[in-house]
Amino acid sequence: MTVDKTITGAEAVIKALVENGVEVIFGYPGGAVLPLYDAIFDNKNIKHILVRHEQAAVHAAEGYARSTGKVGCVLVTSGPGATNAITGLTDALMDSIPVICLSGQVPTHLIGTDAFQEADTTGISRPCTKHNYLVKNADKLCDIIHESFEIAFTGRPGPVLIDLPKDIQLTRVKYGKKINKIKNKLIKNKSKIDQKVIIKVADLLINAEKPIIYAGGGVINAGPKASNLLTELVDLLNSPVTLTLMGLGSVSNDNKNFLGMLGMHGTYEANLAMHNCDVMLNVGARFDDRVTGRLNAFAPKSKKIHIDIDKSSINKVVSVDFGIVGDCKEVLTTLIQEIKKLHNQNNLKSKSDWWAQINEWKKRDSLGFKQIGKNIKPQQAIKSLYDKTKNLDTYVTTEVGQHQMWAAQYFGFSKPNHWMTSGGLGTMGYGLPSSMGVQIAHPDSLVIDISGEASFLMNMQELSTIVQYKLPVKIFILNNQWMGMVRQWQELNHGSRYSESYTESLPDFVMLAKSFGIKGLRVEEIDKLDKTIDEMINTKGPVIADIRVEKEENCFPMIPSGAAHNEMILGSNDKPKDTSDAGLALV
Amino acid sequence: MSVYQNNEIKEEETSRTLSLVVDNQPGTLARVIGLFSGRGYNIESLTVTEIDNARNLSRISLVTRGTSMTIEQIKSQLLRIVPVHIVRDLTLEGPFIKSELALVKVVIKGANRVEALRVAETFRARTLDVTLSSFVFELTGKPLKIDAFIELMRSLGDTEISRTGVSAISRGNKTETKLLEQI
Ligand SMILES: Cc1cc2nc3c(=O)[nH]c(=O)nc-3n(C[C@H](O)[C@H](O)[C@H](O)COP(=O)(O)OP(=O)(O)OC[C@H]3O[C@@H](n4cnc5c(N)ncnc54)[C@H](O)[C@@H]3O)c2cc1C
Ligand SMILES: Cc1ncc(C[n+]2csc(CCOP(=O)(O)OP(=O)(O)O)c2C)c(N)n1
Repeated sequence: MTVDKTITGAEAVIKALVENGVEVIFGYPGGAVLPLYDAIFDNKNIKHILVRHEQAAVHAAEGYARSTGKVGCVLVTSGPGATNAITGLTDALMDSIPVICLSGQVPTHLIGTDAFQEADTTGISRPCTKHNYLVKNADKLCDIIHESFEIAFTGRPGPVLIDLPKDIQLTRVKYGKKINKIKNKLIKNKSKIDQKVIIKVADLLINAEKPIIYAGGGVINAGPKASNLLTELVDLLNSPVTLTLMGLGSVSNDNKNFLGMLGMHGTYEANLAMHNCDVMLNVGARFDDRVTGRLNAFAPKSKKIHIDIDKSSINKVVSVDFGIVGDCKEVLTTLIQEIKKLHNQNNLKSKSDWWAQINEWKKRDSLGFKQIGKNIKPQQAIKSLYDKTKNLDTYVTTEVGQHQMWAAQYFGFSKPNHWMTSGGLGTMGYGLPSSMGVQIAHPDSLVIDISGEASFLMNMQELSTIVQYKLPVKIFILNNQWMGMVRQWQELNHGSRYSESYTESLPDFVMLAKSFGIKGLRVEEIDKLDKTIDEMINTKGPVIADIRVEKEENCFPMIPSGAAHNEMILGSNDKPKDTSDAGLALV
Repeated sequence: MSVYQNNEIKEEETSRTLSLVVDNQPGTLARVIGLFSGRGYNIESLTVTEIDNARNLSRISLVTRGTSMTIEQIKSQLLRIVPVHIVRDLTLEGPFIKSELALVKVVIKGANRVEALRVAETFRARTLDVTLSSFVFELTGKPLKIDAFIELMRSLGDTEISRTGVSAISRGNKTETKLLEQI
């Protein structure tokens, strides 16, 4: 047809990103990626967001990905650019977030010579990516980019890194379109869902007297339809349901069967229902140690069913009676069909005793707290924030610590993809950059980073990005001046030796906001809390709200390290047994 | 398995031979080895070589040890690695052959030289190199047989050993061709 058209490798990369649906890329330039920056300069289809630290680029991409269901995209330079991105990549791997990270590399002929800003990026990132590439042949460039999107997105999602030597970026190549046979290679468990197992599981669920459904991040990964199916199943069985930190929003918080989050800081009723159930259905959750408590006392009398797309999640830490490998949207669809079939003949077992028992547990009001005096209780701050934003289109991100747990406990999530938090790695500094990614994907929505003052300091350079792109994120800092979660563990497990957990010399957050030209608010008394929240929400641009809260509040309920679900402590008066030596060793 | 102390009775660990088909590309082996070190699994033996040049595939034969729960984990974790296409558990599948090659140098003078040659003959080892004070023997077979041979040679003189590690294949007329077609 026409004359042979070649473009540079860098142009091919950007073109391939566009073909794969990328609209936004979060990045930071440097010598080894200048050809890619040339290609971006000329491309009108991709918007580049200049972050202020490469770790933030990855977290922003994660926020973008989690809130849209798309793949997030990152571009960093060689050496320090790539090593700065490592925390973000590990975070994405732990939480199963699809991210593509392009990194620059020294030209191929210099690899291995300790060249300027050379690092063994594929070596360093191997254990923290789902897959990675070092591209040494420019002809393979397009195929690799296309394949990397399939890898990031197919099966259990995760981060993929592509290391691009500078000479490869400059080599002229023919653009190669995406062909659809790649997918096949990636799906290795080609077995269909075993109908016999589905029938057995359906039967088990119908005949359960004390069932519990425990669902997690996999439901979010599977898309909004999976959340609807989960809710349908809950209603169909009239079963109680509890969600992990990563699963919040997959069943609406106002669903009458929802018992709240489970696990270390989960509700009393959720954990006791787990402990006492006769049938447990795990949908897209991974029996994390924060959830199970002591394993040899975990739901001792139950039959367990586990639906997970990743075979290695099944029987990893908890042995189950039925493991179903598959996408939870597909498995739930067939399971619901089967239950409806059987349901007509076999009537559901009555669960009135079970619900009566659960309602007894609920009466303990494990999330109860008393807002007395002038000081603001952090729980109240979150509750008020929720009350004032629940009718708006609100997305929440968090940092890591007590504030994160209070957000999970007291903010209500009624929809999937509206809650972004670092669960598996627990990365302080995740929330602020993540909120930028969310805001870019949802420019007209209210995006709030619920933060702790220590975590905020970890990536606060991103205020500059927020101002540059006019991102109206609201930074809601529960300021207790302590690394609260650390202080709490020191109090409970380490004889109140508050070693290095107090942050001296905090900045004046209002002045800090001012220096970036954005609004800063501070509130110290409970009477003014509502007004401050209103002002924050009603401000058009970004806001830092410094919420001075009770300094030594602890986050309860809590399952102490090494304890079981039925050994929770509900409040400060409920002193735990001395933590066992084995428990002390746990993280 | 977990950081939580577990009072349950520990199942016994057994040795398993796994046979993998992987893309022959840089990084694949590093991922496989990284998986074992990163997750604390054992590798008792590991061999890798290309088996299909046209399709760029290699075989990794791997001997590991663990409880059945750990072995199941190892297999599913291996399959998560993108360039790992087939993971077969030969120990579980049925009868299979496990073989290894060893090169054994032994430095001997005097009367023991005859003894060394006699042992070599009994084991059907080939003599690849001879000097007045040394031999190099080549021996193939089951790892246990090789262990025994080396043990004897050590008692005869100063030795230097080079072993390939285990290569394994199932017995009978079944092949992987069908599985390979799906890649
Ligand atoms: C300070 C702190 C305290 C914490 N306290 C708690 C707590 O009290 N309670 C709590 O729950 N968590 C808590 N966490 C979070 C905890 O560490 C884990 O991150 C979380 O419990 C894991 O959630 P998950 O099991 O839903 O798994 P995820 O990490 O979300 O994993 C998802 C699982 O689903 C599978 N999957 C993915 N996609 C699909 C699909 N399409 N179909 C089917 N399956 C799929 C994956 O293979 C994986 O096994 C805390 C974290 C921090 C930082
Ligand atoms: C990068 C990183 N370093 C250290 C930790 C350990 N850690 C967990 S919570 C926490 C304190 C967080 O303090 P802050 O952000 O003020 O939140 P608070 O607990 O007070 O709400 C620390 C240091 C971590 N999770 N991440």
